[in-house]
Amino acid sequence: MLELRNIVKSYEGTPLLRDISFTVGEGETICLLGASGSGKSTILRMIAGLDYPERGAILLNGIDLAQTPPHLRDFGLVFQDYGLFPHLNVFDNIAFGLKMRNVPAEEIKQRVTLLLEQINLSSFETRSIIDLSGGEQQRVALARALAPSPRLLMFDEPLGALDRSLKEDLLNEIRSILHKTKIPAIYVTHDQEEAFTIADRILVLHDGVIIRDGMPSEIWKDPQSAFVAKLLGIGNVIEGEVVAVKKVKTAFGVFDLDCGHEIGSKLQLLITAGVDRGEEIKLTVEDVLIKQDQFQVKGGGGLVIHMKDAPKVGDVITVKVQVKCLS
Amino acid sequence: MHSDFTNHGDTKKRRFNFLRASASSWFARLLLWIPVLLFLLSFFFFPLSKILSLTFNLETFTDLNNPLIARDSLLFTFYQAFLSTLLTFALGLPAAILFAKFDFRGKSLLRALTAVPFMLPTVVVAAAFINVQRLTFDVSPFILILIAHTFYNASIVIRIVGNAISRLDPKLEASARSLGADTFHVWKDVIFPILRPSLLAAALLVFMFDFTSFGVILLLGGSQFATLEVEIYIRALQLPNLNLAALLSVIQLIFTLIFSILYTRTINQVQTQTAPRFSIARQPKTFQEKLFVTTLCILLSAFFLLPLLSLPIRSLTRLESDRGQRAEVQYGFTTDYYEELFINRRGSLFYVPPVQAAANSLGFAGITVILSLALGYPAAYALAKPTRLEKFLDPFLMLPLGASAVMMGLGFILSFGRLIASPFFIPIAHTLIALPFVIRTLQPALASIPERLRQAASTLGASPIRVWQTVDFPILARATLSAATFAFTVSLGEFGATLLITRPEYPTIPISIQRFLSQPGGLNYGQAMAMATVLMLLTTLSILLIEKLRFNNAGEF
Repeated sequence: MLELRNIVKSYEGTPLLRDISFTVGEGETICLLGASGSGKSTILRMIAGLDYPERGAILLNGIDLAQTPPHLRDFGLVFQDYGLFPHLNVFDNIAFGLKMRNVPAEEIKQRVTLLLEQINLSSFETRSIIDLSGGEQQRVALARALAPSPRLLMFDEPLGALDRSLKEDLLNEIRSILHKTKIPAIYVTHDQEEAFTIADRILVLHDGVIIRDGMPSEIWKDPQSAFVAKLLGIGNVIEGEVVAVKKVKTAFGVFDLDCGHEIGSKLQLLITAGVDRGEEIKLTVEDVLIKQDQFQVKGGGGLVIHMKDAPKVGDVITVKVQVKCLS
Repeated sequence: MHSDFTNHGDTKKRRFNFLRASASSWFARLLLWIPVLLFLLSFFFFPLSKILSLTFNLETFTDLNNPLIARDSLLFTFYQAFLSTLLTFALGLPAAILFAKFDFRGKSLLRALTAVPFMLPTVVVAAAFINVQRLTFDVSPFILILIAHTFYNASIVIRIVGNAISRLDPKLEASARSLGADTFHVWKDVIFPILRPSLLAAALLVFMFDFTSFGVILLLGGSQFATLEVEIYIRALQLPNLNLAALLSVIQLIFTLIFSILYTRTINQVQTQTAPRFSIARQPKTFQEKLFVTTLCILLSAFFLLPLLSLPIRSLTRLESDRGQRAEVQYGFTTDYYEELFINRRGSLFYVPPVQAAANSLGFAGITVILSLALGYPAAYALAKPTRLEKFLDPFLMLPLGASAVMMGLGFILSFGRLIASPFFIPIAHTLIALPFVIRTLQPALASIPERLRQAASTLGASPIRVWQTVDFPILARATLSAATFAFTVSLGEFGATLLITRPEYPTIPISIQRFLSQPGGLNYGQAMAMATVLMLLTTLSILLIEKLRFNNAGEF
């Protein structure tokens, strides 16, 4: 089990990570989600031993890693722009970690062949890295990180540079490989879809601290803060004002809610639609888009909901929504 | 890339553009080639054939001393070039790392400063180092030669290797480490193999320049340092043995060609590597980094600035027994050395006042500009859209690059004998040297004017003349001015060929500096400094002009 304890790190004088603590359990995939520049990659670099925390400790199975240099940590890294060695072919890239561990040539050959099969690039052994497409390069990078059977795998926005359909394919491949190998993994991204697809647990990083740590389903049901809801694209975040006890006034009407705020204070609310029970609101349809098996309806005031049947633009419809307080 | 379709369509429609239309036919293309081919045949290939026939002559080998001298000077050339290259890397590598990895105040200025010597005439560099030697402590001439070579060529290492280092993706090291590579293996298995082509390319180029170095060695070391080049000069003029001189030239040419081929191969490998996506340079952080940056900045500024600054300073300073042989040491400001340049003294080194040398130089440079543009333009025009004819002829155009200036001088002596008393052979020799550069500057500019720009301009309502004015002219004007300045600079500083074919009545600036330096006395020395200062200023101005005009993709050496 990997454990980060009260990690503090600053970047060019300003604090970047203020107090980071979390664990990664056996066979668990956690997803570190945050805006760019929030320090996600720095956390990975510190775990890999390529950077050092100013305070705090990183432990593996209870042992502090501070004195372990990166090449003895046995952690695999996969980057967004692959970081493949341009002077080596596909085979030698994947074999690199095994060679560093002085694995016998015969064994290397077997292991690389097996990995190439797993990533569906069996005939690519002698290809030059430069001749590969982005998706192929990322597969090779994955195989290279997997080859020495690392104790932990880290992904730094691995699919950021790929187009959408390729992204989904690779994401599923990574998922099934992680399930099969049971290697614990930390997956860094700013894309909520990737996070919900791959993670057993999601950590949201904001302002140098982890503001949310939970299973994807929990977070989806209750994002708690406006920041998390916006970052993960859950429901609609709207402004409201407490006008009386348990009464909150919004652009969509007055709701009965107890958010514990004083009368007169402003707050943010989460509105989710598509439920059977809840408050009814009226909405003027401004735009309708087809999204897979649903219609995404954009209404007046910027509210976005999903419906099974498409209304007409200009219709005034009544929808049931759930309203929650956000911190 | 244009499709064939647009090309054919255009050439048919655009009869008004005479050159473009006629360039489509094979015969017209040949017409473009005739001037430059005739020129090269008479002034390069004919002299070359003379040298070859003299080399492969029984007489060359009947004197058993000849092969022995050739062997010795070849070995010595290799020896000094090897040591020079080592020293150049000892300074150039840290500097390359400095510029690639760190940002600091004055970085671009310091970088530009390190590149200045590369374009300076050999006589200026030699004069500067003679000056440094006299002003400070007596370094042995051999060490001084090595240092001057380093001064000259460090910018090659900085540019080629520095570019490669700044292109190194820091993620490669991170990947390697996380895969279990320790520092030793990171360098051995990742960084070094990736940098190897650029290290090799830089080493080959530096070695080649050191191998063919002439002016610096002759002026700093004298004839005791018999490299191939110096030996050719000695055997052509001082201890005439033309067979031996020819043999040495051929050996020199063969090695230069081998190095050029090897260099072209390795530099192609360098260029296929991935382009930089971002700059990895950053401010120095740790104490060691700050120490490294500060120390190197001071060292580099001193190394590249002091020798050059010493020229103007010394040229305006009266020292000890400059006038007469008075015992007491005199210091002081003086403009005597400059004033003397205008006086034709009885018994002076020249039949003309020294300032005439400057006038000669400017005249020769002007002729060189006109001649090399007149010859280079048609060739560059043909090369801009190469057919099989162009691809076949291109290497012949570049061949003079492989021949040393001294060899060209020798070829002229062998081919034209007494005719070279005519001053016109000097600009012809200069044109031979400048021509490949001129063509290589014009060609990408001519090739880079996309047909689409012309089409866009004409669909927007521009008449053919307006199209030429607004599209072709601005691009060509820059390239032409850049090529012209280059030819001008080459001619102004040319030393090797000029030294072999010059006559006392027509000295150039570099020749007069060499003559002043070879004479005793403070006045002669001071005048050498004054002349060198003038030449340095003229060249620096030209370099600045070229830098301003530099066509984007004509940056490689």
